[in-house]
Formats: sequence, C-alpha cells, structure tokens
Amino acid sequence: MTKNKQEHSGVWILAEQSDGQVQRISYELLTRGRDLADKRSTDLTAMIFGSDINAEDLQELIDCGADRVITMEAAALRHFLVEPYAACMLKIIEDYRPEIIIAGATSTGRTLMPYVAIKAHAGLTADCTVLDIEEDTGNLLQTRPAIGGNILATIKTPQHRPQMATVRPRSTKPAIKQDSRVGEIIRLKAPAECLASRINRVDFIPDESEHGLQEADVVVAVGRGIKKGENLSLTEPLCGSLEAALGATRDVVDRDWLSYPHQIGLSGKTVNPKLYLAFGISGTIQHLAGMQTSETIVAVNTDPDAQIFNVADFGIVGDLFEVLPVLTERINKIRNSQ
Amino acid sequence: MRIIVPIKQVPETNAVRMDSKTGTMIRDGVEAIINPLDLYAIEIAIQLRQEHGGEVIAVSMGPAKAIAALREAIAMGCDSAVLLSDKAFAGADTWATSYVLAKAIEHMGDYDLIICGERATDGDTGQVGPGIASFLDLPVASYIGKVEQVSNKTCRLHRLVEDGHEVLDVELPAVLTMVKEVADPRLPTLRGKQRAKKVDIPVWTANDIDADADKLGLAGSPTRVVKIFRPQVARQCEKIVAMDESDIEQAVDKLVMFLQRKELI
Ligand SMILES: Cc1cc2nc3c(=O)[nH]c(=O)nc-3n(C[C@H](O)[C@H](O)[C@H](O)COP(=O)(O)OP(=O)(O)OC[C@H]3O[C@@H](n4cnc5c(N)ncnc54)[C@H](O)[C@@H]3O)c2cc1C
Ligand SMILES: Nc1ncnc2c1ncn2[C@@H]1O[C@H](COP(=O)(O)O)[C@@H](O)[C@H]1O
Repeated sequence: MTKNKQEHSGVWILAEQSDGQVQRISYELLTRGRDLADKRSTDLTAMIFGSDINAEDLQELIDCGADRVITMEAAALRHFLVEPYAACMLKIIEDYRPEIIIAGATSTGRTLMPYVAIKAHAGLTADCTVLDIEEDTGNLLQTRPAIGGNILATIKTPQHRPQMATVRPRSTKPAIKQDSRVGEIIRLKAPAECLASRINRVDFIPDESEHGLQEADVVVAVGRGIKKGENLSLTEPLCGSLEAALGATRDVVDRDWLSYPHQIGLSGKTVNPKLYLAFGISGTIQHLAGMQTSETIVAVNTDPDAQIFNVADFGIVGDLFEVLPVLTERINKIRNSQ
Repeated sequence: MRIIVPIKQVPETNAVRMDSKTGTMIRDGVEAIINPLDLYAIEIAIQLRQEHGGEVIAVSMGPAKAIAALREAIAMGCDSAVLLSDKAFAGADTWATSYVLAKAIEHMGDYDLIICGERATDGDTGQVGPGIASFLDLPVASYIGKVEQVSNKTCRLHRLVEDGHEVLDVELPAVLTMVKEVADPRLPTLRGKQRAKKVDIPVWTANDIDADADKLGLAGSPTRVVKIFRPQVARQCEKIVAMDESDIEQAVDKLVMFLQRKELI
C-alpha cells in the first residue's frame, strides 16, 4: 500500500452517524476537507459507516462540500465497533486508494484511525489544529500541539499513503449548505467478511449531566481565581441572563469545585462560542488550546500580565469578585428593558 | 490471568526542550516519571490479579533509565517487568512504537489482557493502545471507565463516549485503554519498594524480539516532524485597569458597550 504513491489520490473524510443521523463533526471535517481538496486540485469524498443512514443527510454532505459520498451499510455497523469499522475502512482504502483521510478526534476516530493506520502502514497524526498542503510536494502538513501544548509541531508523511490525521471536534466551523452543488452518492452493502466483531455492545447509558458546554453561544469560564467552590454561585445569575454554559480550567476541576465535563483545554473540551468570558483564569497554553478560537474573548484578572490578556479582545484588570456583580447587574438591566 | 501493562516514562516538567534537527525530545536533565495515566492501568491490572490470581507484567520501550519507571511499577505491585531498549528503537512514532511493543508482547507468550493508559502526557496521541491491538489482531476497547465482570473468556466494560457510556462485552485476549475514572491508583508499599530494588529486570533488544530492522525507530516511522515552533497567540486587547469602585463601574460600562457593539448582548 505504500509502494506507489502516485496511485493514491483524493481527500477523504470519515463522516459519523448516530442512529442513522449524520453528526456535526462530519460537517466540520467537510470544511477542512474542502480546503485541502481545493489546494490539491482534487475531489473530496465523505465515507460513512452505519445502518439505514438518512438519505437527506447524505445529500446534505454533498450540499456542504463533498463531491462524493460513499456509505457502507449493515446492521452490524449501526454502532461503532472497532473491528468491523476498521475492516470496512481498509476495504475502502484498498478499493479507492485515498491520498488523505481525516477524521474527528472523537471516541470513534481516536480508536478507529490508529487501528486502521497500523494495518494500512500509514502515518497518522492526532489532534491536528492546522492542516495544509505543502506547495512543491503536495504532502499534507499536519500541525498539532505537543509536549502538553507547550510547542506546536508540524508533521508530514513523506512516503506512506494514505496520509491520516484526526482533528479535534469544535476546532472548525461546520461547512454550510451551498446552492446547486452536485455530487454522487454511492450506497454500498458492507461485505459480509468485514463484519465479525469480538466486542458486543450490550447497552448504552446516556449521560444525564450533559450541559451543552460545546453547543453554547456564550461560555462563562472560571479559573482558580474563584478561590473556592461555594463562590461558583456568583456566576449563576450571569449564566442565566446570558444563557451561558459554565466552563472551567483544570485547576478548578482538580479541586472538585466542578466536574470533569466542565473542563476546557488540552485535556478537556474544545469550545468555540461567540463569546467567552474568562474570570480568574491565567491563560496557560493548555487552557488556551481549548478556547482560543472563540469569536470574542473577554478576560477579568487581577494580574495585568496574565497571559489570558494576550488572546482577549477586551480585558479588565481587576478583582472578579467586584467586577462580576456589577457586570451581572448591568446586563440584567439591559435584558429587562428589551 | 496474565496481564501485560505497557507503561511509558515521561518528563515531569513542562520545560521540555526539543532537538530541532530530528524533532525529537531532549530528555537529559528533566526528571522522569511514569505517565500519570498509566497508573490507572497498573491499578486495574493489580486489582484483577488480586481477584483472579495470575501475574501482572509491566513493559516499557525507552532508554536505559526508563528502568526506574518499571521499578516503580513493581513497587506498586506488578510481579515483573521488561525493558525494551535498543538504539534502533530511537525516534519511533506511534506506528513503530506499537510495532516494538506488539513484538515484545508476542514474545512473552500467552496473555489474557493488555491494559494501557488512555494517552501519554508527552506524546499525547492515545494511538499506541489501539496500535498494539491492531498489530496483534486483537479487539481494543478504549476509554474504559469501569471494569465490571471478568472471566477467563470475556469481560464487561463501560466505555466513556461523548454522550454517555457504552456497556461492552469483550472477548479475551483484548487490549483495553483506561481513563482516570476507573480507579484510584495505590501508592507503592515499603515491601514493594524493597522488592523493586532487588528484582532483575531483563532488557530486550530488537534481536530478542525478532523485530524487522526496517520497522524500527525513526527509519520505520511513516511520520516525520518537519518543524517545531512556539504557539503564537495574540489579539488586540482593549485592556482597562480597574482598581477601585468607580474604575470598575466605568470599566464595566465600556465592556457592556463593547458587547453591544458586537451584538453579543
Ligand atoms: C498535559 C497537561 C494538560 C493540561 N490540560 C489542561 C486543560 O485541559 N485545561 C486547563 O485549564 N488546564 C490544563 N492544564 C493545566 C494548566 O497548565 C494550568 O495549571 C491551568 O490551566 C491553570 O488554571 P487557572 O488559570 O485556573 O489557575 P492559575 O494559573 O492559578 O490562575 C489563576 C488566575 O486567577 C487570577 N486571580 C486570582 N484572584 C483573582 C481575583 N480575585 N479576581 C480576578 N482574577 C484573580 C490570578 O491572577 C491568576 O492569573 C494542563 C496541564 C498539563 C501539563
Ligand atoms: N514507549 C512506550 N512504552 C510502553 N508503553 C507505551 C509507550 N508509549 C505508549 N505506551 C502505552 O500507550 C499508551 C498511549 O500512549 P500514546 O499513544 O503515546 O499517547 C500509554 O498510556 C502507554 O500505556
């Protein structure tokens, strides 16, 4: 699979579905994939595994930038299982010889991609923040944080094909529908020999405490400057009137002031809301990794040299315990007068 | 039950330097520890042995000094350890690392479980666990937050995913990768520490595990680091210093105007 580089062509993304509905990450990957395919002057294909995948959703993948959609469907593919998914993906690699495959750094992508990359003898780079095409060689340039986010490394796979990468969910805007795009949808039945699994999914228990941090348009985030868990109640009225979700730094989560699903950053969630309000957050590189793509960033910190001000659009050097109540009151007033 | 735990030695501090020529880390002068997430793998492995009998073997690929991490694993309660160390392994990416670990595990004979950490804090890819499974043609269950029933043929696990957790039945042998939620790692005991000092830890080279020379280290790695740089983060920040009450009123007024201008409130 690595011998004839020239035989590999096209940019591919791994779209994901849940209960037959195409998931948001797929559209984020289309944004990345379209850009790469245009730079490489080639086609963009979305591959997706599942069972009874919604036909309108597949058309939407075309409307949002794919030139071609290839499904492999079977009852055994309804939910992610590493062995059948990997067997199907390897079959596609063998039949179609993609040059580039990108997937989300989701629980699925992060398990499937390394499993496939080993067998395909492909290079794989995890958690890329920037993907680009090298001009003279056409190689995929993959940039990712390394060593706890302290540095960025650009990685390429000069000889092996396909070139594989995962990107973090919410690190890209989902592609939007364009008028009159045409493309081909090929629905394949998954080959029977690809469906064996030594893992059986016997149940699924949904998370009750889902609080929509990644979906929120406004995130209010607190750091160690909040001083103790009880002080979090201070943020409630502001979150209420802005319809904001509450996020936190790792220091806050490690102290058990908030649970892990609230953690934003390198080892937590990536968010990119319209507005990110940071209170008592120093702005370490690991925290920035999860929020610096937010559209507008506001920071309140007593330390004028806090790093967070380097990524903020508006900063108040001051005590959050004094600023927060005043801000909450002003915003409430505006809300009530509207 | 025979359980193999691959553990990685990682630098303790964040002040890590890189070799700009090879793109690999300079490990000299930085204190090294067991990858914190591997402690959860060790803990679960020891718990399973306590319940079912058998042995736990820690294995690490790394430089000679990685033996310290293996001694610590033994101090925690692992029965034995093997170090995989050879100049030819240097500069390996996750493909070539998974290959060496898989070859070594093959060499160890029969086993029921291979338990990894979810990811290493330095490389931070989480690719090596699934990679080992792929080389050995085993099923892999990643992001395991709970280990329920285990027999000599199967185990029932909870796998944490984005919107909840899956309950999985997995046929053994299998590879599992553990997240923090799974257990609280124990501390080494005094007796463990004494044992760890004395125990003989064999060092295996490429030859010992019948590894293909062209699949090792930098030469056997599909990926290449081509550039390393410091992240640039800068926006134009309108920064207001607000020390007393009237400052704060004014600063908040300006902030509110800013937010209104941007149609955010
Ligand atoms: C591998 C690795 C992964 C990591 N992953 C993450 C991650 O995902 N997310 C994450 O957040 N961190 C992560 N970290 C941890 C990170 O390095 C920092 O420890 C953490 O982000 C700091 O959190 P903080 O800003 O709340 O605390 P601090 O750095 O202690 O900052 C507190 C800030 O509050 C300010 N302050 C104090 N009192 C007040 C007040 N009254 N009013 C206003 N401001 C005040 C201070 O000036 C200070 O700037 C990771 C670290 C490593 C090594
Ligand atoms: N050099 C190594 N030696 C032994 N185990 C390793 C090594 N590198 C990675 N691992 C294992 O693979 C897991 C994931 O590592 P990584 O893919 O580097 O994030 C770790 O938690 C370890 O269990």
